[in-house]
Amino acid sequence: MNPRILSATTRRVLTQLRHDPRTIALLLLAPTGIMALLDWIFASSPGVFDHWGPLLLGIFPLIIMFLVTSVATLRERSGGTLERLLALPVGKLDFLLGYGIAFGLAATVQAAVVGAVAFGLLGMDITGPVLAVVLVAVLVAVLGSSMGLLLSAFARTEFQAVQFMPALIIPQLLLCGLLGDRSMLPRFLELVGDVLPLTYAVDAMRVLQASTTLTSTFWRDIAVVAAFIVAILVLGAATLQRRTP
Amino acid sequence: MTKAVQGEREPAVRIAGLRVVRGKREVLHGLRFDVKRGEVTGLLGPSGGGKTTLMRALVGVQAKVTGTVEVLGLPAGSPELRHRIGYVTQAPAVYTDLTVRENLTYFAAVVGAPAGDVERVLTSVDLQAYAGTRVDQLSGGQRSRVSLATALLGSPELLVLDEPTVGLDPVLRRDLWSMFHRLADAGCTLLVSSHVMDEATRCDRLLLIRDGDLVADDTEAGLLAVTGAADVEQAFLAIVEPPGEVAP
Ligand SMILES: Nc1ncnc2c1ncn2[C@@H]1O[C@H](COP(=O)(O)OP(=O)(O)O)[C@@H](O)[C@H]1O
Ligand SMILES: [Mg+2]
Repeated sequence: MNPRILSATTRRVLTQLRHDPRTIALLLLAPTGIMALLDWIFASSPGVFDHWGPLLLGIFPLIIMFLVTSVATLRERSGGTLERLLALPVGKLDFLLGYGIAFGLAATVQAAVVGAVAFGLLGMDITGPVLAVVLVAVLVAVLGSSMGLLLSAFARTEFQAVQFMPALIIPQLLLCGLLGDRSMLPRFLELVGDVLPLTYAVDAMRVLQASTTLTSTFWRDIAVVAAFIVAILVLGAATLQRRTP
Repeated sequence: MTKAVQGEREPAVRIAGLRVVRGKREVLHGLRFDVKRGEVTGLLGPSGGGKTTLMRALVGVQAKVTGTVEVLGLPAGSPELRHRIGYVTQAPAVYTDLTVRENLTYFAAVVGAPAGDVERVLTSVDLQAYAGTRVDQLSGGQRSRVSLATALLGSPELLVLDEPTVGLDPVLRRDLWSMFHRLADAGCTLLVSSHVMDEATRCDRLLLIRDGDLVADDTEAGLLAVTGAADVEQAFLAIVEPPGEVAP
């Protein structure tokens, strides 16, 4: 890893994002709009928005960052730029972390904007600190990015990459405890949920909904999600081969 | 001092018994040749002959390579070589959603090129007027010049250029070849591939490759003298289809 190359790569990915106003709009407007819609739908049932809003805030970034990163890195793989970078003094970590940091920064802006609208304009309420909500959202975004980086190795076209999203993310949504208490699940499915990263992100958000302080459960959840990110990035590094057939 | 002088004389590339398997087939069948320092060596031959594969082996991005491939005194693919070689792939490998200058600025940071290098290479490939244009708004020839420019950053000792002049207009092609010779005069070694035999006249030395075999390793003059042919295209035919073997 080389700080000069890492920061140049981060800046380059952010510049590419800056040149793509539609993606920026997708990143910022789509989640904000969905929050507003949710608030509107449950206008006459107090408390429902406060229950679902923060959970969604923690899940959007997974889906959006997964899509954005998998398509972006698939382009690098198929367009020859990745091969070229690996023939240059670019380390695998420079490449992976460059993407991770760039999309992590984009996710911070996203969480800040969506959070400001939800907590400020729409009057969403949460028991725990709002900054901790942003932390969970950013971590989930980086998780989505790392999954996208890894999965782009297994897609040949952007069309395939996009289709990985429902295949990978919907089962996690069903098993992560979003729909209700996980202890109600059949034992086997509960165990599967135990090894899915989104489970811990949703659990962290639930802690913030229930308590004013950052409990040890919250920090355990954060640590587990971070460990998943590292593990997925390590697997991603293995898919970056300097020598290809 | 003596050691440095010896280093200068040693070839830039030394290849022996080079075999490469791609898919299930062997596509290079035991090549042996040297590339001299400070020269423009042309790697010529028809499409599918193995030019790209050979260059990939040399740069260290090709899997399933056997034999000796030594570049600047080190085994091909050594990490130390990564900032000493400039490689231009056959299809332009640049970011189409960035401007020309943004691409060059990024690659300059990657290789640690000195300040001012971006402007220098922009001038070398005559793209100053397009510095602020996004690559996806450029023509194919302009894109390949952007790709070439990124490889010139940091003034590498060895340039491996895969069909850099394909699709360019004749004036530009002539200008690029004179730039290649200026770089060689300054001590850079260039290996330039082309499937257009006419480009042979622009090279100090020629390697002709066909179906994974090296069929000639000579200067243009030497090749014409040996075969008695009028040009390199005829010489190539004379070598691969000796008169006695031509079908009636
Ligand atoms: N990715 C690949 N997988 C399998 N075979 C390949 C691949 N790329 C090229 N080949 C084969 O290798 C041979 C040499 O190709 P190449 O080096 O691209 O030739 P050239 O650059 O001279 O046109 C060809 O027969 C081609 O079909
Ligand atoms: Mg080729």
